[in-house]
Amino acid sequence: MIANLPFIAVALLIGISLAIILLKKNMIKMVMGLSILEGAVNLFLVALGYRENGIAPIFTSAPEGAEMVLPTVQALTLTNIVIGVATTALMLALVMVIYKKYGTVNSNKIRRLKE
Amino acid sequence: MIGDLITGYGFWNPLIWVVVMATGLLFAWLIWRCGESDYDKGTEQTKPYLSGNDEPEKGAVHIRGGNMYWGFTQALKGYYDKLVPLHSGVVNDYLAWFLIGVIVIFVVVIVL
Amino acid sequence: MNMLLDNMPALLIAVPLFFAFLIPIIGKFAPKIHDVWIILASFVSSLTAVITAVTVFTKGTIVYVFGAAAGSPAAPIDSGGIPFRIIFTIDGFCAFMLLSAAIVSFAVVLYLVSSQKERSGKSELYALYLLLTAGIFGMVSTGDLFNFFVFLEINSLAGAALVSYHRKGGIAAEGALKYLIVNTVGGLMVLFGIGLLYAQYNSLNMAFIASQMSFTTVNIVALVLFITALAMKAGSVPFHFATPDAYSVAPSGITAAMIVASQAGLYGLFRIVFTLYGDIFNTVTIGWVVIILGVLSMVIGVTMAIPQKDVKRLLAYHAVSQTGYMLLGVGVALAVLGDPLAMAAFGQTAMEGGLFHIINHAMYKGLLFLAVGAVIYRTGVWSLNKMGGLGHNMKWTMIFFLIGALAIAGIPPFNGFASKLMIYESVFAFNPALSIIAMVVSILTLASFMKVFHSMFMGPQLPEYAEVKEVPKLMIAGMVILTIFVIGFGLVPDLVVNNLITPAADALINNGAYITAVLGGGL
Repeated sequence: MIANLPFIAVALLIGISLAIILLKKNMIKMVMGLSILEGAVNLFLVALGYRENGIAPIFTSAPEGAEMVLPTVQALTLTNIVIGVATTALMLALVMVIYKKYGTVNSNKIRRLKE
Repeated sequence: MIGDLITGYGFWNPLIWVVVMATGLLFAWLIWRCGESDYDKGTEQTKPYLSGNDEPEKGAVHIRGGNMYWGFTQALKGYYDKLVPLHSGVVNDYLAWFLIGVIVIFVVVIVL
Repeated sequence: MNMLLDNMPALLIAVPLFFAFLIPIIGKFAPKIHDVWIILASFVSSLTAVITAVTVFTKGTIVYVFGAAAGSPAAPIDSGGIPFRIIFTIDGFCAFMLLSAAIVSFAVVLYLVSSQKERSGKSELYALYLLLTAGIFGMVSTGDLFNFFVFLEINSLAGAALVSYHRKGGIAAEGALKYLIVNTVGGLMVLFGIGLLYAQYNSLNMAFIASQMSFTTVNIVALVLFITALAMKAGSVPFHFATPDAYSVAPSGITAAMIVASQAGLYGLFRIVFTLYGDIFNTVTIGWVVIILGVLSMVIGVTMAIPQKDVKRLLAYHAVSQTGYMLLGVGVALAVLGDPLAMAAFGQTAMEGGLFHIINHAMYKGLLFLAVGAVIYRTGVWSLNKMGGLGHNMKWTMIFFLIGALAIAGIPPFNGFASKLMIYESVFAFNPALSIIAMVVSILTLASFMKVFHSMFMGPQLPEYAEVKEVPKLMIAGMVILTIFVIGFGLVPDLVVNNLITPAADALINNGAYITAVLGGGL
């Protein structure tokens, strides 16, 4: 049970973020929802690599037979955090431009491109 | 032979097609040449004849893009009235379609 | 020289990235030679892609291991057969996509240099453009799922930033934001799917995962996430909504490049479905899912295009519609993958038709966007209601547009006809109804392009466009490059199919070769 806790958290976070991006009409909140989704995926990746009582995966002078957490997923998470920062920054910049020109951040009103 | 594209039922050779078309056009041109030219530039006959009315200004003669295929969209009005509003421009709807797609395809793949 | 050739796959990414960061510096300190540099940059990066592709077609699959001596195996001897190194695996299908991306990206740069001359902020535009190129090259050549995700995100980010570049009044930002939000969700779903696969196989290497793949619910969840997210990147119905929004506001040259960018998503879809999941389960269901997506895209794309008034939005809906043809052709092959007889009778041809359509579409749709962009460049008008009579002043643009329009409508002898013919005849053997739908869609495409051609170029010369001139020579040059391929591929389709498409189709169908190339014969 306790080992599955991170995965339950992942499921909850994905549910929350999907609810936000589907239901919230405020673009800033949608961007926040996307950040939560990204956090959920990051948590999922890190949790995959976790081993009970594992140590940091450094082989130099590591104790004999010690279990290590998987390093690959941590590298993936770091990369994804960087990508997420870039994406969020660009999205917020675009929302800012839209707010300047349209005077609103409501997605129901940001629809000059349609049909 | 170069140009033979095997399509499973037969073949398609654009080079032969080009040669045949070129020959056809050549014959058409030859026949056209045999005709008598009665077109005189700069006379009354080059002007458009609209039942004796004056020619309207250029902008009014051209059929604009928006008027074309009005009949087509009108005939399929029921279809277009359903389809066009789906492209609502609201980004939440786009993501809702994505989730619907995921769920539908998942159900289809699991069930079948 | 040999060392350069050996490291070509690394240069594929390194060259565009290097120039992407160099261009703004040059733009700041030596603006006079800026345009020459960007043409050079794009030429060199396209050249690396072409050399890589030619190497693959002559010598077979390249497996390039990063950070190891040339020729090292992907799985080090002491790793117990698990390939944890970062690799590029470039087989026939990748090489084919590289070639298409290389041609379009170079033609577009020639066009952009001229059309952006008077604009501000062009260094950054070119930097982003080269990042987009790097993203496309990376997506189609990586052999590692996580790198695929990274390049997908580079592709989406650079694409969204480029979309938002010019049009005034916030409308460009709106299109870019929608495109970015939709693609970010898609990208995260791809990453989630990758996580699901990693959880089971502790590896990110595509070949290794393919060799271990088994039939579990988790794998199916991952597959569905991949299919939907990558179909969204490719712009297939019902995930297409952001595509017209983004394409209609992007600068015209950029839109031509975005076509290739979206096809990289299509590449990912086919690669995952065939190579990763190819031999573990009955592909009939997945095949039909792809076929249905294709048919929906074809029909809804073209019917939405007909009433459009904004010319670029109309072309964008046609891009959705043409994507449907590729999905249809490859989907039919996928549906009969388990049946060797049907595969030999029509599956192989359907596959080749679908793949051939990818490169054809990149060429003629690129050409159409460039030609329409040329008209917009001179007139500053997007609406078809306001255009007319431009054929009097822009003869070359009219000719190029006409060639592109005939090619997309499938009129011989242009390239669109060859691939569509292959799709019709092979799909007819699979299911006649699908083939008839495809033909009807083709007729509607022709009808729709008659509308565009008439309202843009035909009619009397309008007084408001009396001063309009032909576009500059470099823009024409960009269009000429694509026209050469549109006509050339149409005149000798057999050479293209035999030399480019068949190796690509074989690479997809025969996923054992992909696995062996990476893991060696031992596994």
